[in-house]
Amino acid sequence: MELAIETHELTRLFGTYVAVDKLSLRIPRGTIYGFLGPNGSGKSTSIRLLTGLLTPNSGTATILGLRLPQQAEALRLRIGYMTQKFSLFGDLTLQENLQFIAQIYGLKRKHALSRIEQLLTLYDLKTRKDLLADSLSGGQKQRLALAAATIHQPELLFLDEPTSAVDPENRREFWEKLFDLSDAGTTILVSTHYMDEAERCHYLAILQNGIKRADDTPQNLMKAINATVVEVSGPNLRDLKQRLLQLPGVNSVAQQGAQLRVLVSNSIGDAIQWLQAQSNLLDASHQLALIRPSLEDVFVTVTHQGDNAASKPGA
Amino acid sequence: MKFLARITAVTLKEFRQLSRDRLTFGMVVMIPLIQLLLFGYAINNNIRNISVGVVDDAQSFASRSIIDAVRATQVVNILDQYTSVQEAEQAITAGKVRAVLVIPRDLEQRAANSESKQALGQWLIDGSDNIVASALLGLRNMPLQELRRNFTNPVQTSTPTFESVLYFNPERRTPVNIVPGLLAVILTMTMILFTATAIVREKERGNIELLITTPLSSLELMLGKIIPFILIGLVQMTIILTLGHVVFDVPINGAPQQIVGATLLFISASLTLGLIISTIATTQLQAMQMTVFVLLPSILLSGFLFPYEGMPQPARYIAEALPATHYVRMIRGVVLRDANLLNMPGDSLYLLSFTVVGLLLATFKFRKSLD
Repeated sequence: MELAIETHELTRLFGTYVAVDKLSLRIPRGTIYGFLGPNGSGKSTSIRLLTGLLTPNSGTATILGLRLPQQAEALRLRIGYMTQKFSLFGDLTLQENLQFIAQIYGLKRKHALSRIEQLLTLYDLKTRKDLLADSLSGGQKQRLALAAATIHQPELLFLDEPTSAVDPENRREFWEKLFDLSDAGTTILVSTHYMDEAERCHYLAILQNGIKRADDTPQNLMKAINATVVEVSGPNLRDLKQRLLQLPGVNSVAQQGAQLRVLVSNSIGDAIQWLQAQSNLLDASHQLALIRPSLEDVFVTVTHQGDNAASKPGA
Repeated sequence: MKFLARITAVTLKEFRQLSRDRLTFGMVVMIPLIQLLLFGYAINNNIRNISVGVVDDAQSFASRSIIDAVRATQVVNILDQYTSVQEAEQAITAGKVRAVLVIPRDLEQRAANSESKQALGQWLIDGSDNIVASALLGLRNMPLQELRRNFTNPVQTSTPTFESVLYFNPERRTPVNIVPGLLAVILTMTMILFTATAIVREKERGNIELLITTPLSSLELMLGKIIPFILIGLVQMTIILTLGHVVFDVPINGAPQQIVGATLLFISASLTLGLIISTIATTQLQAMQMTVFVLLPSILLSGFLFPYEGMPQPARYIAEALPATHYVRMIRGVVLRDANLLNMPGDSLYLLSFTVVGLLLATFKFRKSLD
């Protein structure tokens, strides 16, 4: 399998702060690869390292067969990058914005015009091509940014939290476009902190404090979760939650409406029996059920293990 | 009392925000400080040590004693001796000296004959700076009785000691003096402000985020941003000089290509300064304040309002560092005295090196800000 991105122990410091810590990746061409992590987990810094915008303090990166940072300039023509914040020019029209980007990437005028036409149609912006970019809605801005990032038909596309400013409906449409691009052979690397978005990726890396905690397909990650999810319903959930968190075998407790979602470490054995054995906590009025782990559970478990590893030096 | 409490809350918040913006906070202190120092210390209309030259056709004891007497006033600093009036005029045109004292061959006879009402010499004065010209005109009646007494009886007439010829602005009209200098001030203001805010605006809006991910290089970006403002600068130059010529009757003696050449050099230097500011400032407000910080000394120290000759040495160092000072010299020279840029190689060279070094610095600083 041909790799679009291959890195070995990529590390980047800001002063003494380790923003990205020994990141090793192998991302096959044509896939949608997700970086899932909370704010400050190193997602944006990782993307900037992979695009050659930042130079690593140590480690190596080969992107589309080009070595970084030596061949960063050559790489720039073959990748697209969509920034977290809308960064096209609000006081230019859509058409003018796309023309500017096309010129920067050196598209021939005739080719540029037909490409822009094609993109405006594809992203449903044709009727607005003469409006100023500032007057667009969040979803339209997102599509314009995607059009601009793909104007030169890059082999590899980086998207930094692309849908943080749009509603779920627009997000779903946006992902349809990403699947189309992927289907046409574009490799896509997307960072997100939305579980539903992460779940759509072919492969997923969970980042925390600049460290890759896990990576695999979302399905495998959910299968391999080292915890059991128990749904508890009954009275006094707020109080129960606090007391469950005190138990050493419980990774996390989250309330979802009238239920508690309790992650019990697999080292415990039978989670329901074990929970019921904590007689001072639960009574007959509580119902317990095993449920299928979600990606959020994977995320919580993995980062929980990460926290534990971090708090035990040398572990 | 809730009224007061709320006002206090807003006031406190404003102070907190202000103290976070260290550049603005610094300007609150620096602008009055610099203004006061500039006005109080550097600005001086009591001019001393004006650079002048001498053409001594008499070459006698008397002529040397006149030259010594002139030197002793400390109003002028005699830089050079010229052998002919033509050579002296060239030095004035090139801006090397502000005036030349010509002492005639028949000095002895003139001095001996107190009835002749003949002056002992003639000042050829560069009139392109009115204040300097006035100071030199003050020398016309300097007492040289002792000298005359050496030759003749002590009865003196009201004959001025020297005659004077005012070149380039014989009527001493203020607009002739102000308009070319104003060009320097207006270009300083608009060129620096436009470039600085244009780039900082893109930083504020996040456009830079996008641009750095493209194949666009820092140098390409910088040059691309500068070019429209070069054209704007030339439009402003045309407006000011045309209006100055038509409305205020300012003579345009220099060749157009010399005027455009000098102005292009200055526009480039000012734009570069704007670029450097843009790499430091993070908000448009900061960029504006920093522009004022450059603009103030450019108005006060460039020679636009107050002559360079009146400034103490430290102020002159600052003045020499400012592109506007060099441009005021160049543009007055070209517009009023029909000088060309080769006559003023120091000023042209300074603006050129300022641009090159500044552009490299801005490009380097811009690139560094990514990492």
